[in-house]
Amino acid sequence: MLIFEHSRSGRTNPVQAPRGEAAKSDIPQRFRRRHRPLLPEVSEMQAVRHYTRLSRQNYAIDTHFYPLGSCTMKYNPRGCNTLASLPGFLGRHPLAPTPTHGQGVLACLFELQEMLKQVTGMQEVSLTPMAGAQGEFAGVAMIRAYHESRGDEERAELLVPDAAHGTNPATAIMCGYKVREIPTDAAGDVDIEALRQVAGPQTAGIMLTNPSTLGVFERRIHEIADIIHSAGGLLYYDGANLNAILGKVRPGDMGFDVIHLNLHKTFATPHGGGGPGSGPVGVGKRLLPFLPIPVVGRKGGSYYWLTEQEYPQSIGRLSAHMGNIGILLRAYIYIRMLGAEGIERIAEFATLNANYLMKRLAQNGFEMAFPERRASHEFILTLKNEAKQTGANAMDFAKRLLDYGYHAPTTYFPLLVPECFLIEPTETEDKATLDGFAEAMSAILQEARTNPELLKQAPHSLPVKRLDDVKAVRKLDVVWRG
Amino acid sequence: MSNIPEGLQYTKSHEWVEQNEDGTVSVGITDHAQDLLGDMVFVEPPEPGQQLAAGDECVVVESVKAASDVYSPLRGEVVDINEAVVEGPELINQDPYGEGWLFRLRPEKNGEQEELMSAGAYRELLESEA
Amino acid sequence: MPFIPHTADEVREMLALIGAQNIDELFSEIPLELRLRESGKLPPALTEMEVGRLMQERALQDSQPLCFIGAGAYEHHIPAAVWEIAARGEFYSAYTPYQAEASQGTLQLLYEFQTMMASLTGMDVSNASLYDGASALAEAVLMAVRVNHKSKSRRVLMPMTVHPVYRQVVRTIVHNQGIELVELPYCTECGNTVPDSLHRFADEDFAALIIPQPNFFGILEEVDLLTDWAYANGILAIGLVNPTALALLSPPDEWGGQGVDIACGEGQPFGAPLSSGGPYFGFLCCRESHVRQMPGRIIGRTTDTDGKAGYTLTLQAREQHIRRSRATSNICTNQGLMTTAATIYMALLGPAGLEQVAACCHAATRKLVENLGAIEGVEMQFDRPFFHEVVLVLDVPVQPLLDRLAQQQLLAGYHLGADYPELGNALLVCCTETKSDDDLQQFITLLSEAMADLRRSRC
Repeated sequence: MLIFEHSRSGRTNPVQAPRGEAAKSDIPQRFRRRHRPLLPEVSEMQAVRHYTRLSRQNYAIDTHFYPLGSCTMKYNPRGCNTLASLPGFLGRHPLAPTPTHGQGVLACLFELQEMLKQVTGMQEVSLTPMAGAQGEFAGVAMIRAYHESRGDEERAELLVPDAAHGTNPATAIMCGYKVREIPTDAAGDVDIEALRQVAGPQTAGIMLTNPSTLGVFERRIHEIADIIHSAGGLLYYDGANLNAILGKVRPGDMGFDVIHLNLHKTFATPHGGGGPGSGPVGVGKRLLPFLPIPVVGRKGGSYYWLTEQEYPQSIGRLSAHMGNIGILLRAYIYIRMLGAEGIERIAEFATLNANYLMKRLAQNGFEMAFPERRASHEFILTLKNEAKQTGANAMDFAKRLLDYGYHAPTTYFPLLVPECFLIEPTETEDKATLDGFAEAMSAILQEARTNPELLKQAPHSLPVKRLDDVKAVRKLDVVWRG
Repeated sequence: MSNIPEGLQYTKSHEWVEQNEDGTVSVGITDHAQDLLGDMVFVEPPEPGQQLAAGDECVVVESVKAASDVYSPLRGEVVDINEAVVEGPELINQDPYGEGWLFRLRPEKNGEQEELMSAGAYRELLESEA
Repeated sequence: MPFIPHTADEVREMLALIGAQNIDELFSEIPLELRLRESGKLPPALTEMEVGRLMQERALQDSQPLCFIGAGAYEHHIPAAVWEIAARGEFYSAYTPYQAEASQGTLQLLYEFQTMMASLTGMDVSNASLYDGASALAEAVLMAVRVNHKSKSRRVLMPMTVHPVYRQVVRTIVHNQGIELVELPYCTECGNTVPDSLHRFADEDFAALIIPQPNFFGILEEVDLLTDWAYANGILAIGLVNPTALALLSPPDEWGGQGVDIACGEGQPFGAPLSSGGPYFGFLCCRESHVRQMPGRIIGRTTDTDGKAGYTLTLQAREQHIRRSRATSNICTNQGLMTTAATIYMALLGPAGLEQVAACCHAATRKLVENLGAIEGVEMQFDRPFFHEVVLVLDVPVQPLLDRLAQQQLLAGYHLGADYPELGNALLVCCTETKSDDDLQQFITLLSEAMADLRRSRC
């Protein structure tokens, strides 16, 4: 039932609305609304019950194992939420003067900048991008601004590996670049020979994730950096997979000129049903002048915003204020609770869990896309043989996993591997959970062999059965019309 | 194996071409291509009168999970588009070589064209890709 | 170990199965010369209690002044139930609803959100939200340029009465695609965009005109005339609106004879705490005919194999994960959690409650304006209809005055000097329903004292 179906004309919640006779007669008729909007008229309890019930129709990290590859669905510590929600933080207006009403929040943000510089090996960080994709945009816009500032305007092409996340090419286009795809070799690394052939005076840069979206470490990263840098291009690091290498190796040391981080992945801020994220960017020396503003500065023990005055060549502003500060505070609290040692353990245990689960699944007869490689924090298995033999494909396996109480892994990405699962267990899951998942996969494989229809009709135990997404497009219904 | 009618010509990018009596050609996508893309939900056709070079992206077809470009096999002018597939993209799935045609082109004399294959050659191509 | 459940025994068993001696061996594919030799210089780990103490101190440092600043972020009462429910782990710790069957809660809620926003703006369709108001406006500009095939130019008319930072954000996001923003001056007497001033652009080619309502000064624009002018000239109209104001003001769909093509804005007034500027959310609604050019997530209602209604992401072929370099935008997420709060906020208030909120905000501002007579040297800059925000001109310099009042825990408004120097000593002041009569009295008292003192010290 929709909230609108609980609605009855004339029902109000007087306690929620402000008191008082509110005259509005000074607003001339021509500006005024003539009929009320279709908002529900429900009691507080009806609203509470309706949305509590809806919440229970979700799988979430708090209720289910969520091995969604490339999304790093680790536990979101409650302390981060509680402490970032202190009234002093929530109530602060973005334009409140920082000398008198803002030193507390700015101190946290300044220290977060410093800590992110430490873990990435970059020279400076701007926290302002509001999501990973916006961080990507900022990064590529800085690459463009750099080339333009040198009068080097022939560089029209951005190189992107064919296994890359879809945001990479989409971002390149938003920044006015042409995209050239670089193939991947059989072992899962960037095809270096192909790269050599296309890198040249038209190359603005390359966008890479390391470990790559194939779940393996790009071993020849130094060579890649040399090829791109000697062609005059810059290296962009997509931080989607930073969880795999925290404390082990830093993007700055690998030769990257610019990176974006996903705090909602690596630093445990909530995914919130699809946002808000946060995508800070870090830069090396060359891109320093172009950082998006504002950045937090410190002078004589007090904190203040650095703006156009300090960064006259900045690519500019990306949000009305300075990004998702509530999320930044959560990441700050998380890093403070982990400390240096705890940060290093993230990569260690994320990698341990991924390699363990990969081995378990391989032992159970599943085929890995890159069996000879170490898994990073995630790995890919392919169900192409199972699909051929049983007729049940990766999507069917994914839907059946839901019946077993597991959120499905990422399916059909990366596009290079047929019928694939991209599995990322994260460091916060215990061994028993991983064992349970491996057993569920085996049980489903048995079902596929004996009764493939069971998979093709799955899920059976969720609030709805498989949904008709073709109808959802052909008969578009995105607004309830009563 | 998918349906590959004799008498049509085919491209490597999975378009088919039919020579019409009035000198124009009809273009669509093959049974193999529609099967690969899945249930069609949207077609963005070229404009009638539009001049195309061989290899130009001229139609976008979308399924729920994929968006794919259709390339013009020949140089020429678009003379007609199939309004019926714009209204009902499922026609491409149901009848890719008939009701599911996409557009008609008047080829330019001596204009360049993509390499066109016979049904047999296209079948071999699909077998080699499988 | 913080947030890592493994026991030493488990680690041994796991390594044995993998066939590795130790965890370090799992990183053997990283070239040795790249490996970090020493831990970074991060501060040592704190317990939850210790970090709690630190954060309490820092939050107290920012204190909680009496705030009359609006300028794009508005302090409203948020019913308790809003965040009690939105912060439930099932909403808080879920991800983008790719697996529709396991995400019906989020999906249905977003469908309800789309319905509410479409109704509030009067538009046919809404997406499931964008990052914030400024970036939503940038996406609306990109969308308008894609949609308007009649226009050969990539030029967009941007009134100076649009929030100055929004204008900067739009420029940052669109300029790499060769889109030119042409600034529309405003009337310094009236504080609005004068419809007649558009006539000089009649022979030029533009893709879109942005129309803010209310504008940055709180002034109501002549939206009917502006929208009609855009329509008559083949220019797309983009309405930039405050959602609270929409409870009182005509929805963008009804502006002029045809209504706007795209309506967007900042969703913060609906349940998002001020929180130093984020996270908030942006909204974007449009005519149905433009829906394929809309950026961001869209939820659709469909049926399952039993014919039961259910919800799923739809029109995904517009998006980056399928279309890659041909996507409408690089956006992956919406602001799911903020949208969850906004939906519950709208449900709790309902049409009458929301109208009451809007009317009370406006009434409080009205009352403040009426009492200004008690203060020497303060005048309204513009004498035009407004909504819940006004520009005051003072006979003393603004910055020292604000600094002094901040010391007394009063944030008296936003200083317009940097963005609109032509207005002189101008202060943008906003009241919402949170301001009581006592608050207004305190504003009047402290402001008049401070101004008197400043005047004295100048003599």
